[in-house]
Amino acid sequence: MSTPFYVSPQQAMADRAEYARKGIARGRSLVVLQYADGIVFVGENPSRALHKFSEIYDRIGFAAAGKYNEYENLRIGGVRYADLRGYTYDRDDVTARGLANVYAQTLGTIFSSSAEKPYEVELVVAEVGSEPEGDQIYRLPHDGSIVDEHGSVAVGGNAEQISTYLDQRHRDGMTLAQALKLAVQALSRDTNGSEREIPAERLEVAVLDRTRPQQRKFKRIVGPQLSRLLEAGAATSAEPVESSDTESDDEE
Amino acid sequence: MEANTRSTGRLPAAFLTPGSSSFVDFLSVHQPEILPGNRALPVKGAIEAPHGTTIVSVTFPGGVVLAGDRRATMGNMIAQRDIEKVFPADEYSAVGIAGTAGLAVEMVKLFQLELEHFEKVEGAQLSLEGKANRLSTMIRSNLGMAMQGLAVVPLFAGYDVDRGKGRIFSYDVTGGRSEEHGYAATGSGSIFARGAMKKLYRDDLTEPEATTLVVQALYDAADDDSATGGPDVARRIYPIVTVITDDGFRRLTDEEGSQIARSILERRLEQPDGPRAALL
Repeated sequence: MSTPFYVSPQQAMADRAEYARKGIARGRSLVVLQYADGIVFVGENPSRALHKFSEIYDRIGFAAAGKYNEYENLRIGGVRYADLRGYTYDRDDVTARGLANVYAQTLGTIFSSSAEKPYEVELVVAEVGSEPEGDQIYRLPHDGSIVDEHGSVAVGGNAEQISTYLDQRHRDGMTLAQALKLAVQALSRDTNGSEREIPAERLEVAVLDRTRPQQRKFKRIVGPQLSRLLEAGAATSAEPVESSDTESDDEE
Repeated sequence: MEANTRSTGRLPAAFLTPGSSSFVDFLSVHQPEILPGNRALPVKGAIEAPHGTTIVSVTFPGGVVLAGDRRATMGNMIAQRDIEKVFPADEYSAVGIAGTAGLAVEMVKLFQLELEHFEKVEGAQLSLEGKANRLSTMIRSNLGMAMQGLAVVPLFAGYDVDRGKGRIFSYDVTGGRSEEHGYAATGSGSIFARGAMKKLYRDDLTEPEATTLVVQALYDAADDDSATGGPDVARRIYPIVTVITDDGFRRLTDEEGSQIARSILERRLEQPDGPRAALL
């Protein structure tokens, strides 16, 4: 038996991409949606302590699917990057675009360096603007490419199917309860089309809420507030697509 | 080796190295030159820079009040009439600064960032005691500057979520930390402010009484200390008063602040030395 001497670059990259994709697919998917007052992050996460979503800076949030230790490492790197930049310049000089670029470079370098194994992660970096038009959402797949997303985005194993579902139903100006309901509906659909129930205690939900008076817009939604929102979402019409004018007061 | 946060290149290795949750620790490894304590000191000579003066703090059942006057002085000159010396440190604590204003404001900025950084990385807040100790370390790192006359002496107050009460910590230039019970003051007018608070303080104050008390104390400090500014009615500059309870940090609005200051001024027109404590 002989070892192959030559692997074409195409083949090497394809192998690495497949390795990373398989790793990511083992994790559960998560979704990030724009709603009227900001951006909401929703995912299924049985853990209370190990988060998939977190705050990077005032207006910037982070979401990740895939291998925990790898994205945690990137998250802390991002927090350090943002804090250092804000300290040297000004808080306004920390932007999601800058952060997404740094992540893209980092992931890209790791992906194409044969000395390192590719990271099995897919990230979302989102920044809430003072107006909905100012919202920014970037999706960063394992290979260091960068995709500027609008409205809704899903990452993780089942992402493609969920994205299609969301694209068809997401509208601008949804209330938080409506957006949350849509997100949960999208997440509870299995690959074969059947639906399963995700109980509230297995949901991890966080928002970047532009109406928060504090400088830091990131907030986790837990406990009673989450239950209230889920109920409010269920109370709005069964077809959120049609109910574009219902202005329900999503509680803060 | 430079850590370039400026370019859009890959995150430097130091950023991805697992380590401490402290931003200051991270900086001291990665870019030590930008930490205040690591700056080269001039060999000799004193610089004259604006100084902040009086900060006072009072606890009441359910919270703590931290307030400061608005004057910054440089020698016998008033350098600034509307300086802010009381800042939120995070959701449940605040820091008031006396001493060299430039260094103090920088220290507060780094302290705020230190607490926020920890919170983001760990997903939990530091204990109030932990925050107070962290500030202590930062003051100690300024000792070189302090010996050249550029001292920073803050007062730290916060709501201890675990114990369910407000607490005050005072410091000396070496970073020595001590918890104060009931009330505390720092800065050049603190002697007079402390005297006023000693006579007016009770341990069952309500929040409005506590906010009034600190303004009374600041008035007395301004009365006897030329470096402390009293309420400036003509320019509508009033002391900054902040309240921290289990609802978090709140700074009184200009309207609320002016109301307290004006009511005190009115009383002082009749009774210049302020309210009298009972003799026995």
